[in-house]
Amino acid sequence: MAGCCPAEAALALAGPEAAGRPARAGALEQAAREIRPGVALLQLMAPGMHCGGCVATLERALSRAPGVRAARANLTAKRLSIEYAPAETTAAAVADVAEAAGFAVHPALDADSAARAEAAETRDLLARMGVAGFAAMNVMLLSVSIWSGADAATRDLMHWISALIALPVVVYSGRPFFVSALKGLRAGRLNMDAPISLAVILAACVSVYETAHGGAEAFFDAAVMLLFLLLVGRYLDRLMRARARSAAAGLMALQPRGAVVRGADGAAWTALEAIRPGDVTVVAPGERVAVDGVVVEGASDLDASWLTGESAPETAAPGAAVRAGAMNLSGPLAVRATAVGERSSLGEVAALMAEAESRKSRIARLADKAAAVYAPVVHLVALGAFLWWIGDGATVREAAFVAIATLIITCPCALGLAAPMAQATAAGALFRRGVMLRDGAALERLALVDRAVFDKTGTLTEGRPAMRAPGAAAGAALPLAAALAGGSRHPLAQALAAAARAAGVVPGRVDEVREVPGYGVEARTGGETVRLGRAAWVGAGEAEAVEAAEASAVWLSRPGAAPVAYLFDDAPRSGAVEAVARLEAAGLRVSILSGDRPGPVAALAARLGVSDWRAQAGPQDKIAALAAMNAEGARTLMVGDGINDAPALAEASVSIAPASAADIGRAAADIVLVGEDLRAVAEAHALARRTRAVILQNFAIAAAYNCVAIPLAVTGHASPLVAAIAMSSSSILVVANALRLAGGGPRTAPGRGARLPQAAEAAA
Amino acid sequence: MTNLLLLIPVAIGLGLLGLFAFVWTLRSGQYDDLDGAAERILHEDDEY
Repeated sequence: MAGCCPAEAALALAGPEAAGRPARAGALEQAAREIRPGVALLQLMAPGMHCGGCVATLERALSRAPGVRAARANLTAKRLSIEYAPAETTAAAVADVAEAAGFAVHPALDADSAARAEAAETRDLLARMGVAGFAAMNVMLLSVSIWSGADAATRDLMHWISALIALPVVVYSGRPFFVSALKGLRAGRLNMDAPISLAVILAACVSVYETAHGGAEAFFDAAVMLLFLLLVGRYLDRLMRARARSAAAGLMALQPRGAVVRGADGAAWTALEAIRPGDVTVVAPGERVAVDGVVVEGASDLDASWLTGESAPETAAPGAAVRAGAMNLSGPLAVRATAVGERSSLGEVAALMAEAESRKSRIARLADKAAAVYAPVVHLVALGAFLWWIGDGATVREAAFVAIATLIITCPCALGLAAPMAQATAAGALFRRGVMLRDGAALERLALVDRAVFDKTGTLTEGRPAMRAPGAAAGAALPLAAALAGGSRHPLAQALAAAARAAGVVPGRVDEVREVPGYGVEARTGGETVRLGRAAWVGAGEAEAVEAAEASAVWLSRPGAAPVAYLFDDAPRSGAVEAVARLEAAGLRVSILSGDRPGPVAALAARLGVSDWRAQAGPQDKIAALAAMNAEGARTLMVGDGINDAPALAEASVSIAPASAADIGRAAADIVLVGEDLRAVAEAHALARRTRAVILQNFAIAAAYNCVAIPLAVTGHASPLVAAIAMSSSSILVVANALRLAGGGPRTAPGRGARLPQAAEAAA
Repeated sequence: MTNLLLLIPVAIGLGLLGLFAFVWTLRSGQYDDLDGAAERILHEDDEY
């Protein structure tokens, strides 16, 4: 079953070994807390958990581990809850078991308290929905007997029992609408919840009045049914967001929560908040740098691609400046902190992002726009009906009844369901194709974009180097190069070793393999020294020319032969060409905005047929470029993965990040791609347009329904029976129309693009 | 009329029973991991 999620498993295993990462162990110990004497609870996020097979694999592996009392995986939240005995094992050992099972895990700190509050709210909504459903069924049962001819005392009895059930339910289940309507009114806006609240409250009031006066008609059934249907819509909306949130979960998880700080009494793990500028932190290979600072000891390579977009690792030596979030690849480093937390470069990126997001949340949603037109119209019509009946000689009671019946029957039930149903259905369809939506409103914005901006490294490309076919001399030396490359964790060396393996080359024999951090690998063969690494280090003079060009290179020097080069490209992601072509066919202008060097960006742009590209753009440049496009009136789609993209992702009108993105990038994006295939971007865009069309159709249906309902109500023909039939039929029509989004449409060929649990299960 | 006096409380009582059952399932966290629950039914060898 472990074969279910091969990509994730491979990634986790290829990653740095668990051992020798003291900062990780410290963070894990801190995340665990004692729940009973002798038993601690550890909560871990496992973003790679995708299907039932993963759940079974993880639970089986964990429950068999020594010292573990119980293990439970939550697939929706991608979270593991593990109870273990601290006396017998450690949190790090437990996490290692999960990693050995092929899943990268990191501690779920209660930085997720926002997510937890969200879950509590969802549950609360579900409870209100359940209660409304119970009331709707029972009140409807009583109403049916009234409609079928109960009269006099029996009818009054039925009405009183209905009131007894409906009134508490209106108060309880209607609360979310009342609260939201009040909030909107206070802010001076009329949102969809205002007419809903008004209709429900008035329906309850007029029904109680009629019941008390022995009247023939009461709207209790309409009030609770309305609440039930609307709560269903709202719950679906919430469920969709919760599901996508879990995809983006673990916000900032890759930012270290602390580091090992060298103090007077030895090195100790310290939480990030407690680290001060001037402290010396120790960063082991395979760990991320936690602070901005200066290297004081050691030499290594740093992978800062998530921060800068630059695909080649940087060299770190004493005196070099390093930035928080960079991954230490080869040797241990001691870093003197200069800026920590919010003042570090990571913190600045987070601040930029928060600012851009707050701007975006002010964009009005389609449904609210509709409500802004709809509510005043309905209220004016009701008022007009009241005045007309008064003028016609009716009593105030009769006129008020007609006016209120108008409000009830025109209550935007269909309108309230129109957008959430369509979006929830579209989100479900996208989810099956490996696209996770964080917010229904993102679909509305995606449908309207006219420019698409792509990041390069890790988005349009795999973010992993792949070796080009070597020349004759280099090919002959490949066994030796592969032997040396096997001794290094450098991404280029690993790519070389992988390419040699794939070509069936058996690595040669070398002795005394030694990694020289920042330079390369050195070994001895037959008494001679051979080196694999940087051009200058192996003694290749004219090398810079090649390295500065479009490819990255690794050089091999052997005694008695000229150094040979191995060249690496960052291969385009599958479907990239097609995705760009389809977006352009849909009328979008596509550009590339990368932090990488001009050479590789130009090469990729040419390959994808994109004429508008820009290289060496930092986070500030990217956000400025997007802000400029927005200022020109363009609606932008940003697709990116890195920390350097995060502010731009938040600034764009809608944003997409691949699941391999830095967590901060995923958190900033509106949409997360689970699969590898970029065609999903074009597909999501196409479906967003269809969703928008369906929402507009639904609004049209709701409007058409009102064209029939309003005259009926205004002329005094809106009996409770007519109201019940009209409201439910329009709701059913809207829901049925929305369900059309579930099927049809172009589909990606299954494979790596759409990692369907079922398909993977069948293949396993 | 008399049969109504019996039947209506019975109907409402049954409804309430369903409601309580729903609240219980909600409280015991049965809606917390809908995706996981859908997959777990496919496991053969485990205790749940």
